[in-house]
Amino acid sequence: MKSNKKNKFLLTDFQMAEFVSKGYLVFENLIENKINKKFLNEIGHTSKTKNPKNTISTWLSEHYNDIMKTSKIPLVKAGTPLQTAYKKNSALFDVISNPVLSGAIQSLVGNSCKLDHHFLHITFPSKYYNKGQQKISQVNHNDCVIDPREKSFDIQLFYFPTAVDKSMGGTRYIPGSQFRMVNEKAIARYHNIRGQKHIVCSPGTVVIFHHNIWHGAGVNNSNKIRYAFKIRLMPTEKQVKLWTNKTYKNKDDEEPLYWNTGNTKQSVRSILQENQPWYEEDSGRLEIINRIKLWRNITNDKNFDANYWLTRLENELY
Amino acid sequence: MVKKKQDILILYLANSSLESEVIGWAKHYGDKKKIGMPGDSDNPPYNFGIEAVHDGWRLFQSSQLEQHAKGEEFRTGYLKYEFFFEKIK
Repeated sequence: MKSNKKNKFLLTDFQMAEFVSKGYLVFENLIENKINKKFLNEIGHTSKTKNPKNTISTWLSEHYNDIMKTSKIPLVKAGTPLQTAYKKNSALFDVISNPVLSGAIQSLVGNSCKLDHHFLHITFPSKYYNKGQQKISQVNHNDCVIDPREKSFDIQLFYFPTAVDKSMGGTRYIPGSQFRMVNEKAIARYHNIRGQKHIVCSPGTVVIFHHNIWHGAGVNNSNKIRYAFKIRLMPTEKQVKLWTNKTYKNKDDEEPLYWNTGNTKQSVRSILQENQPWYEEDSGRLEIINRIKLWRNITNDKNFDANYWLTRLENELY
Repeated sequence: MVKKKQDILILYLANSSLESEVIGWAKHYGDKKKIGMPGDSDNPPYNFGIEAVHDGWRLFQSSQLEQHAKGEEFRTGYLKYEFFFEKIK
């Protein structure tokens, strides 16, 4: 991972706004195929293994445990600096050293971020299950207990070393759910949400999620194993202007509210005000307010606003 | 004697009115051969809550409207407008 403060692959203003607005960024086909193959080799991937007699009820978890014991994925304690978490020349070192990914990490959580934990998620196809064993998708959840932070946030890298097609049950995620303060699987009752997305990607894709995004693994109906390697990172510094220089200032480019020229040109403000099809009509407005508040924090600009969403509420004169 | 079974439909709507748009949903079946699971459909069974009633679903519970706590006015969380329906077959 590059430690150069002047990383030319830092996120753009629009990418930062997308992350604040939707809670994720997708980097399709980012990691080179030779690194993807190296990673699969290091975890001991094989497409031939299956439960031969179709009778061992605990076989699936045993197989999982074997991969954990035999793979070259290192054991990394919580709080280890990302810079030192992976051995040079290992596949995971190569992954996080990708300049685009490295730039995105620096932009979101800074160069001195720490690794919280990592994990190889494996979703097995039918041939790995016992006869009659029901495959069930993972419930929607977020990866935290109630997290009351409003200014700091963690990120989770989801690295997909193989192609994921629709039949493989790629991670389902709910765009724009990152500000919803819920407690992990308390949202399991929500089976489907309008606008939900499923990972369908080419090998080497990395998705960066806000730690609080709602998600769950789908059922793998293909005949191939699906892998998703997750790395959770926490910042050790204030996440202010990490993607840009210290002199960054928000642009004064807002159109007048309602009575305007109809200019729909994309801007940070337009991205921050994008709706999601699953938002309640009232809560959707609060989501815009929450995004503006976070944008104020990451640009250290207490006066930033879009369409007066916060300013009109802050005009308390007594 | 044939046992009657309950199918359950849970809808989440865009506002507190049953006439509003469906934004989330789950189905559960009395027939154990059928299973509803997370992510099993990207398209809602109905576009609007009232359409479920038109289709014979019986509403038996809906969420209350709750006052926003002071200091928590901008906090979002669980889906607010939850409606439970059933069909007895």
